[in-house]
Amino acid sequence: MARYFTEEHEWIDLEGDTATVGITDYAQEQLGDIVFVELPEIGMVIDKGKDAAVVESVKAASDVYAPISGEVMEANPALEDDPALVNTAPEEDGWFFKMTVSDKSQLEGLMDAKAYKSFCNEL
Amino acid sequence: MNAPNQSGWKPGTPVEGHTAMNGPDTATGNRALMLEEPLIFEIAGNDTTGVDLPEPQGGKNRLGGLERSAPIGLPGLSEPETVRHYTRLSRQNYAIDLGLFPLGSCTMKHNPRLNEKIARMPGFADVHPLQPVDTVRGALEVANELAHWLIELTGMHGVAMSPKAGAHGELCGILCIRAALEARGDAREVILVPESAHGTNPATAAFAGYRVEDIPANGDGRVDLEALKARLGPDVAGVMITNPNTCGLFERDMKAISDAVHAAGGFVYCDGANFNAIVGKVRPGDLGVDAMHINLHKTFSTPHGGGGPGSGPVVLSEALSPYGPLPFTARTEDGVVHLVEEENADEFAHTKAFGRMTAFHGQTGMFTRALAYILSHGADGLKQVAEDAVLNANYLLRSLDDVLDAPFAHSGPCMHEALFSDKGFADDISTLDLAKALIDEGYHPMTMYFPLVVHGAMLVEPTETESKAALDQFILALRHVAERAKAGDEGMKSAPYYAPRRRLDETLAARKPLLAWADQSAPPGKPSLSEQGGR
Amino acid sequence: MRYLPLTDADRSAMLAKIGAPDIDALFADVPEEARLSGPIHGLPMHASEMAVEKHMRRLSKKNLAAADAPFFLGAGAYRHHVPASVDHIIQRGEFLTAYTPYQPEIAQGTLQMLFEFQSQVARLYGCAVANASMYDGSTACWEAVAMASRVARGKKRKVVLSGALHPHYAEVVRTMAKFTDDEIAGAPPSLTARPDDDGLIARIDDDTSCVVVQYPDILGRLPDLSRIAEAAHEKGALLIAVNTEPVALGAIQSPGELGADIVVGEGQAIGVGLQFGGPYLGLFAVRDEKHVRQMPGRLCGETVDAQGKRGFVLTLSTREQHIRREKATSNICTNSGLCALAFSVHMTLLGEEGLRRLAMENHRLACLAADRLAKVPGISVLNDSFFNEFTVQLGQDARQVVRELAGKDILAGVSLGRLFPDNDALADGLLVAVTETTTEEDIDTLVSALEELLA
Repeated sequence: MARYFTEEHEWIDLEGDTATVGITDYAQEQLGDIVFVELPEIGMVIDKGKDAAVVESVKAASDVYAPISGEVMEANPALEDDPALVNTAPEEDGWFFKMTVSDKSQLEGLMDAKAYKSFCNEL
Repeated sequence: MNAPNQSGWKPGTPVEGHTAMNGPDTATGNRALMLEEPLIFEIAGNDTTGVDLPEPQGGKNRLGGLERSAPIGLPGLSEPETVRHYTRLSRQNYAIDLGLFPLGSCTMKHNPRLNEKIARMPGFADVHPLQPVDTVRGALEVANELAHWLIELTGMHGVAMSPKAGAHGELCGILCIRAALEARGDAREVILVPESAHGTNPATAAFAGYRVEDIPANGDGRVDLEALKARLGPDVAGVMITNPNTCGLFERDMKAISDAVHAAGGFVYCDGANFNAIVGKVRPGDLGVDAMHINLHKTFSTPHGGGGPGSGPVVLSEALSPYGPLPFTARTEDGVVHLVEEENADEFAHTKAFGRMTAFHGQTGMFTRALAYILSHGADGLKQVAEDAVLNANYLLRSLDDVLDAPFAHSGPCMHEALFSDKGFADDISTLDLAKALIDEGYHPMTMYFPLVVHGAMLVEPTETESKAALDQFILALRHVAERAKAGDEGMKSAPYYAPRRRLDETLAARKPLLAWADQSAPPGKPSLSEQGGR
Repeated sequence: MRYLPLTDADRSAMLAKIGAPDIDALFADVPEEARLSGPIHGLPMHASEMAVEKHMRRLSKKNLAAADAPFFLGAGAYRHHVPASVDHIIQRGEFLTAYTPYQPEIAQGTLQMLFEFQSQVARLYGCAVANASMYDGSTACWEAVAMASRVARGKKRKVVLSGALHPHYAEVVRTMAKFTDDEIAGAPPSLTARPDDDGLIARIDDDTSCVVVQYPDILGRLPDLSRIAEAAHEKGALLIAVNTEPVALGAIQSPGELGADIVVGEGQAIGVGLQFGGPYLGLFAVRDEKHVRQMPGRLCGETVDAQGKRGFVLTLSTREQHIRREKATSNICTNSGLCALAFSVHMTLLGEEGLRRLAMENHRLACLAADRLAKVPGISVLNDSFFNEFTVQLGQDARQVVRELAGKDILAGVSLGRLFPDNDALADGLLVAVTETTTEEDIDTLVSALEELLA
């Protein structure tokens, strides 16, 4: 399983043809207490860079963009009852959605964990 | 006899050791005049009522078989209980009547009580919007007279009176722009809005079907004219600009901006939220503005009432006036004021109206108050309003800029509001902490974190209805909390200490929304209202 | 000037502190050519309280106040007795001169009141959640249509309006829809004893995002909301119920109970007064909590403070324009807070029992008026059922009749010609509203005047 990171602070786990998407620990730290996550509808086809989800704190709403193109297969049902999972386990139980990968070449150029860490350090 | 002041103390001086005077716990949770008040649902039964009405006699009804079968669950209180409940609640509110209310951009000024008295005259308060026009000529005259003065004060051509509040007015203005563009077959897609704009501006433009793009600002906190000119083109329907802007500065290039937008075939919308700073001094019409809403509850001091009602008439240029919504009033040469609606619009040559924004004629109850305000102040008084508002704001700016960072103070005087940033605060002290500490000093905080272009923004608008003594006391308080913020006083992080509530958990409120009273919160042993039945 | 506390000495001292030679120096950023050289054209100098009051009183006297005539107008605004304590409470400065409760620690009065108001409205409407108010019923109606479109995620574009929706409400919806992609399917009302529920249901299709039905409708009739709800839900559409007379809900079942998904309305009848059309009070509620995040407007919610005490805050603000900007659910900012307070106080004074009695007294008097009017030669009562407002047909242009009676200081009702000026088929219809403020003597006066006029 490979994990990729974007400059928009999303992570993507690739397992076979399915990608799991969430936001990074750095992102949740910046957002503060997450109170709500609006997830995409299952079956929705999203294009890379387009709005896929919205993550809300008390005073802010941030769009989460699709890191790659594909079709949404599953949205994390646990976030509906417990959006705080994004704060407590952003890169594990706090995942947002799973999607198909229509073009694996879109993953090229994304960062690995080490590159992302140094990217954050420079922010 | 002049008795000497026994203690030498007077209001406004601190008492040392005051915070150490912790008294005993009370059985009720009350602390003398600080009274806790339950919800009506917790103190009322549903057979109590505070009105005397006859018991229904039963018999046949004509309700089509839809009579209520289950109780609604509405609590009732007698009149004395009702008066006490709401009076106790009222005492947990800060208000202009209690003190300076420096919310930038919101213009919290004194509300003259004459205006309340006038709005309650039966000829205004007890008149139905659909009465035959011959029985409401006075109400129409009020709307028309106010419309006349709004046009004169702004140097515009027409005015749409029906919008219900500022944002509704914005929508009205943008819809006029869209209608005018469509009339010339010129579909445009973009409205340019500065980053420093009120959130209503982009929300309005988006609602009207436009894509919103940012207008860049320059280092002075104003619109970057050259960058704006570079962006203008055949896809730009117009710009929405606040002037004076939300940094409290006058857009010096306003006329040049308007000329450039017009040359590119677009229209200029001005957010008039800050008109208070220039009323009687500057007419937006002279600056090329095509549409501007006027918040009657700001500039013309109709009460804010804890969040509304407002009123947002929109003044319009000659180019946009033909598209203004129905209904409106028109005075004919014989002096009669008419109500112009869908059916008689063509008699008044108003055939291009984009539609109707609200069921009736607008916020008439606000019109009477605003008209009384304008007539009370007169030409001299309104000019003095703007001058004193600007004087008070600059006095605050220059009395505080040695303790608080004022990011645009170098570029000259401010208008009616002074903008500060959190630069210089200790690392872990925020604008929010300062605001909450100000609550303990007896003040409502200023506008925080707006405009977005300044870090930790604090926007202070004193208005013209504050005396110098009131300003000096506020300066004393603000200097004190600013110094605490710079010194990193950790105690600020738990402020306020002396308000009816300590900091409230907004995260909990948003994560687990509880938006209506639920029966299960009834105290144990007491049946809930719906269980009581009550019939 | 009595509202301006600064003295000339203050002004000089303050200018000295600022380091400005004169007031004009503070307006230095205003280009010379933009400054107004003289006073505002034609505006007199400042005036005393007495002078202003006199001028305004003269204008007010040109209006015929409802209290000074037999009065039968409704059609979206109703005259009820408002207890004196309501006005006393809303004039308390702590309510009247407070701002939107953005600093909850010092705004618990307004916030608790809003929480109570939301709870009262939700119960009255048979809904889970009500917001902290909108501008008025007509704008709330449009906001509901816009919300239904969001719930349908823009995939359904048709909005089916009942022909018996208040024509001004329909006009507001049509106006706003010009600027969105919604297609508005309206219909003219027809003068029938019962609403045309079948015709309405037939117009609902798979592309319908919502159906908008007034209850009681503009002619005073009572549509079968549960049937319409069922039909709408079958097609995946939401039912929006519009109520313009909240007192009716003391007597008849609430729209939420009958299956409406969004219930909106005008709250003016309780506590607010006529005020020639505004400020009024838009009510907005959803039956199912799952729709809360698509609602427009402010919401007040319960929480706790740092010491564990119950308190209230504005919440779910990320829906709103000041945070979401161009992606907000609505551009609304200001609401009708003070009118909401008036509504809430009046509703608290009424309570369950008072509202029920008020509703039944309205209905009793309306039945009495309908019976007496039915006996006038030439007049027929249209409605099978009604609450406190019904339609009569006069056999001649009702608009003219209303004008003539107004000349005799009788405010006879709202002619359908006034509401639907282009529809000749409705011209002989007159809407008559009767409330607890109407006396039997008023009814007899109207009956005799009509007898005389129609003879």
